[in-house]
Amino acid sequence: MPNIQSTVSQERKPSLFNGINRVHVSDFVIAFIILLLSLTCILPFVHVAAKSISSNTAVLSKQVYLWPKQVNFDAYMSIFRDGQMTHSMLYTILVTVLFTVIGMVLTVFAAYPLSIRGLKGKGVFAFILMFTLYFSAGLIPEYLLLSDLNLLNTMWVLVLPLAFSPYNMLIMRSFLASTIPDSLYEAAHLDGASHFQVLTKVVLPLSKSIIATLSLFYAVGRWNAYADAQYYITKKALQPLQYLLSSMVLNAGADVVSLSESSAQTSTPEVLQAAAIMFATLPIIMVYPFVQKYFVKGVMIGAVKG
Amino acid sequence: MNKSRPAVINHRGQGMGRYVRNNWQLYLLLMIPVVFVIIFKYAAYPGLRIAFMNYKPAKGYAGSAWVGWETFAKIFRDKDFFRALRNSLAFNFLDLIIGFPVPIVLAIMLNELRFQKFKRVSQTILYLPHFLSWVIIASVALTLFKPQTGLINILLVNSGVIDQGIPFLTEKWHWAATYLLIAVWQNMGWGTIIYLAAITGIDAELYEAATIDGAGRMRKIWNVTLPCIRGTMVTLLIMNLGRVMGSNFERLQAFGNVQVRDFQYQLAIYIYEKGLSGGNYSRATAVGLFQSLTGLLLVLAADRFAKKLGEDGLI
Repeated sequence: MPNIQSTVSQERKPSLFNGINRVHVSDFVIAFIILLLSLTCILPFVHVAAKSISSNTAVLSKQVYLWPKQVNFDAYMSIFRDGQMTHSMLYTILVTVLFTVIGMVLTVFAAYPLSIRGLKGKGVFAFILMFTLYFSAGLIPEYLLLSDLNLLNTMWVLVLPLAFSPYNMLIMRSFLASTIPDSLYEAAHLDGASHFQVLTKVVLPLSKSIIATLSLFYAVGRWNAYADAQYYITKKALQPLQYLLSSMVLNAGADVVSLSESSAQTSTPEVLQAAAIMFATLPIIMVYPFVQKYFVKGVMIGAVKG
Repeated sequence: MNKSRPAVINHRGQGMGRYVRNNWQLYLLLMIPVVFVIIFKYAAYPGLRIAFMNYKPAKGYAGSAWVGWETFAKIFRDKDFFRALRNSLAFNFLDLIIGFPVPIVLAIMLNELRFQKFKRVSQTILYLPHFLSWVIIASVALTLFKPQTGLINILLVNSGVIDQGIPFLTEKWHWAATYLLIAVWQNMGWGTIIYLAAITGIDAELYEAATIDGAGRMRKIWNVTLPCIRGTMVTLLIMNLGRVMGSNFERLQAFGNVQVRDFQYQLAIYIYEKGLSGGNYSRATAVGLFQSLTGLLLVLAADRFAKKLGEDGLI
């Protein structure tokens, strides 16, 4: 795994210990603290997972900790039978894919010209694109705008307004400015290549890793966000998975009073809630181990200002 | 090769027209995102004028009367607004004070960790919460912290430490602590990446010299590691200071309930409830404008301050 993490982990060792291979007590203390912190990131999910495949009675009698009791998959079956969450998941995947593709196209279109040294007017364009990051019109003007654009209560309201991320564009620009040498552009132009050709034949093939990274930024951001769904969408069929989960488990808005037990039990049964949480979490947890190294890369490039 | 030669096609002595003709493709590419942000972001700015109007949705912009600064005068007499502002500032500062040092300490511990495989696995695990939505985090928090059926309370009651469940999420002071600590927990792992990168950049000779001088582990952390990552710390601190006016609707909404409303009522909630739910568009817009402007000023001030300290700015 030749990523930054492993560089971080391997380079320090010899210098700190200066070749002496003794393990101190403090090494175990540190390892123990980190182990505890790591467990806080895992055990809550193990608990929810265990609940989701236990029987209602076992959960209500408070017997389920980290291991399921009276294993059954009824809760998941009823999620699939009900169909609402599965439909919502497919819909959210569609929204996420559209959002990511559009976001990446806009990001590349902005970052490539802005990464080129000497382009006239570059500063003005960069300012126009970045300004929205620092000053937003706020909820109501944006709501009225989307209403004027006839986007309220459509799928596109989840796709378009946030599709261009100035922050991701900055990362892409830093990457291009630092990895693609000007001499490459010059050589291409001497060979008679147009800017479009340089973009498709030279820049994009060299940018695969950053494109993967930023696509993931876009995708995870879209997958997790739901405030805009709450603002702009009232039709249930158009709401993304996270919002659906919030109305099932958190009983969105005023009903959250039902934290006080009695009512919580009469609303959605605990087991079903746990299954719903797992259903919405699993996609992330499943892809996460494979993609997290790309994220680390993105953060590192973002940290190096271009 | 002449280093200063621009990568655009730029023949000596050419006129502006020829320059644009040679590079029109670049401008065409740029126009697409520019038009996009104009349609979806800039087009919303004119809507800010309703902060100075008595806007009625049924009458639209043209039919609503101008009222000048009246809406702002109303806001500054509005108890709800001050409550929201107080809560936003207080919680954002606490987020910063509690949340800022944790990734630094954790990054140093990870850096000192000697068991490489364990280290890599724990890093992967510690980053995970950053990838989960606030709904998922709040839902899991509920299953852990409910007074009677939450796992933590069950364990505490069963082991005899307490007889009554602790209202982690339903009493405002407990809620404040839980709400803040969960955010610390969510960000602690992810926040280490930048510090670990900075630590990697430290010259190994510094550590060797310190070792020769007889410095132990703590001394080396104190006298080498920390001073070397000071720049990163200052930049991140200032960047976060610039954000104390923000407020995260999803996080507040996910953890919200009636019992803790006194603290949960922050600017994002105010704007949503007065504006979208309550129909008082002018007032919500005015508060949003106030929030955006102060936020912008804070970021600019923070940037200037960082540059004065000799650190990289943000903008």
